[in-house]
Amino acid sequence: MFQSLKKSILAAGIATVAVLSVQAQDTVKVGILHSLSGTMAISETSLRDVLLFTFDEINAKGGVAGKKIEPVVVDGASNWPLFAEKAKQLLEQDKCAVVFGCWTSVSRKSVLPVFEKNNGLLFYPVQYEGEEESKNVFYTAEAVNQQATPSIDYLLAQGKKKFYLLGSDYVYPQTTNLVLLEYLLSKGVPIENIGGGFKKDESGKVISAGKYTPFGHTDYQQIIAEIKQFSAGGKACVVSTLNGDTNVPFFKEYAAAGLTAEKCPVVSFSISEDEFRALPAKQLVGQLGCWTYFQSIKSPANKAFVDNFQGWLKQTTVDGVKKEGRVTCSPMVLSYDGVYLWKAAVEKAGSFEVDKVREALQSGLSFNGPGGKVTSQKNMHLTKNVFIGETKADGQFKILKQYDGVFGEPWLKGTFKPKVATK
Amino acid sequence: MKSNRNKIELIIVAIAAVILIVLLPALNAAGVVSNFTMSVWGKYLCYAILAISVDLLWGYTGLLSLGQSLFFALGGYMMGMHLMRMIGDLGQYKKPIPDFLVFLGWEQLPAFWVPFSSLVFSMLMVIALPAIVATGFGYLAFRSRIKGVYFSILTQALTYGAALMFFRNDMLLGGNNGFTDFKFLLGADVRAAGTQRGLFIATAIVLIAVYGFCRWLTTTKFGLVQRAVRDSETRVLFSGYAAANYKLFVFVICAIIAGVAGALYVPQVGIINPSEMQTDKSLEIIVWVAVGGRGTLLGPVVGAVVINALKSWATRAYPDLWLLMLGGLFILVVLFMPKGIVGLPAQIRGLLKRKQTPSALATDTAAATP
Repeated sequence: MFQSLKKSILAAGIATVAVLSVQAQDTVKVGILHSLSGTMAISETSLRDVLLFTFDEINAKGGVAGKKIEPVVVDGASNWPLFAEKAKQLLEQDKCAVVFGCWTSVSRKSVLPVFEKNNGLLFYPVQYEGEEESKNVFYTAEAVNQQATPSIDYLLAQGKKKFYLLGSDYVYPQTTNLVLLEYLLSKGVPIENIGGGFKKDESGKVISAGKYTPFGHTDYQQIIAEIKQFSAGGKACVVSTLNGDTNVPFFKEYAAAGLTAEKCPVVSFSISEDEFRALPAKQLVGQLGCWTYFQSIKSPANKAFVDNFQGWLKQTTVDGVKKEGRVTCSPMVLSYDGVYLWKAAVEKAGSFEVDKVREALQSGLSFNGPGGKVTSQKNMHLTKNVFIGETKADGQFKILKQYDGVFGEPWLKGTFKPKVATK
Repeated sequence: MKSNRNKIELIIVAIAAVILIVLLPALNAAGVVSNFTMSVWGKYLCYAILAISVDLLWGYTGLLSLGQSLFFALGGYMMGMHLMRMIGDLGQYKKPIPDFLVFLGWEQLPAFWVPFSSLVFSMLMVIALPAIVATGFGYLAFRSRIKGVYFSILTQALTYGAALMFFRNDMLLGGNNGFTDFKFLLGADVRAAGTQRGLFIATAIVLIAVYGFCRWLTTTKFGLVQRAVRDSETRVLFSGYAAANYKLFVFVICAIIAGVAGALYVPQVGIINPSEMQTDKSLEIIVWVAVGGRGTLLGPVVGAVVINALKSWATRAYPDLWLLMLGGLFILVVLFMPKGIVGLPAQIRGLLKRKQTPSALATDTAAATP
């Protein structure tokens, strides 16, 4: 059996080489590094799909600087050392000009040294905690000030006075909540109106704000009781960075305790349209979300994007692409925007070389994407529009508020000063 | 017959040792073998060491431990702590303490981090911590005569509990993100080809040494008692041996081996986080051993390398189908190759013999069923 396996490996290898040598002239290799299996597959597979769609769309119009994109898809398998290995493979073996990929912070942290060592270029499309700026990563992702702080602005404008911070225990929620604590204080919200508890070090400095539960946590009874007490006086809301399937027991318990979106709304930063393929949207009706794109945006660019993507899904022959019940969401659109920005940068630089492409990106390129105009910044982040939406029973969002052209700022901790100096 | 097979195995190991310790690194230095190939093979060899430790427990002592990934990760974390200290002030925040501590609001290094600036101390901890945890847990488990599936469940619970603990940011060990972005080891750039080559050679030497040690151990009187415990623990007890002590000793030895493998693994793959000690990782190792051939020492090495090489290749060539391919392979092995890959030649010989004397194989397959 091993022999035949070796033979088939060999045959596959020879076939690949043969195909490559024919194609090599007029194509450019682009890596896709997402988890297609394991715990993250449910989210990341959608990004693989949208990237392949984007490549086809670009190739149909003549490719990038006259070269057709040749996708190299690998599976990170929700396994962080494997992510690093696959990144190495894409850069050192396949010599990909650019890689689109990663979802979790830990996968990005795992591949970062590989990209820095090989001077590669990674486009990272998912909301993240900031506190990082690598010259080898372009963050199309939402920074904390493109999701969390605009939500607070909105809630303050709605007359909310009390904020309960709740999240899954990992870097993104921890950082977001620390920034939010500073932001709330800077807006004059007194510290006793910020719920979830604080952890302080010996000198009394707050090192962790909010309530945290581990991944896969299911028992939210006690926390809901605490929220109920916290919101008893009215004008309260919950700011949630709970991740993935823990949202199901949380919202179940929330509804069972008699809490409603009118009395005490929950704004979540990790639930997009795509997550509603696995979450019951009905239990979340009226709850808030904040992203830099919603499928419900009414614009010609978005309509074309959604229609073309659905059309592509129908006719694609790629293995493992789900064709029914598909939606579009912010990480997908940020992947899409990323490809077009990279294309624009390559064409401006007249080269696929990372250093030149980076320079072009940093010079400020704009693209009119499905979520409106996005502009690349010197700090390798993206200026984009921010939307606040309300969940509907069909898993879509009704847009309540739009903030235009918000600058992506990764370094926020310590930048907001309390309004009233506390001694 | 048996000694003949041993001779063949010895020759195979000797050839493998020369290839791994001398030939591959030399070819890499000459530019023939790529750095990428070296890095994935370094990883496979670490897994091979880990697989041997599982086999010594499962194949030779009858203890199906689902906690080896914990000891592997503990060793990795101890090494990781040293590597984190070696970053110095070159992190994102340009502070002299690791980034995640700055992020958690620490301005000074927590006391338990301080000694990890020393490589010697860290290497001692790589051995000591798994040994201490294994001694404590093993003492309680074996004294209470917990065995069979209950032992497996308990080790799994221990591992799961530890993973949850390490996920917490309060542990001050990096939480979910764990440790990454290592820069220096012994003053050299840890990502440089030369350093990685050195780590590869070290891993290969440790693998051969661990193999040799386990081969020796299983041929001693101790090894005999060890296998007797596997086959009939009650008889061993009635013969006047303290079976619990034997099991505890093996358990601790295997924890140390796993810890060392983890310590070699972390600087090569560049990351350690709690997902490394989740239960699915422990189960994966069991699969490597089963596929390679348990109770053979060479089998786990072959299994770990073959499956992981297959995984590396398939996640690139067939990103959508590789899980099905691996699953199919496991089913094939379980159904048709009870002795795994290294048992295949003997199995084929047996099949040929069966055609002549059908009764001869009946005893053979009976012995092979776990």
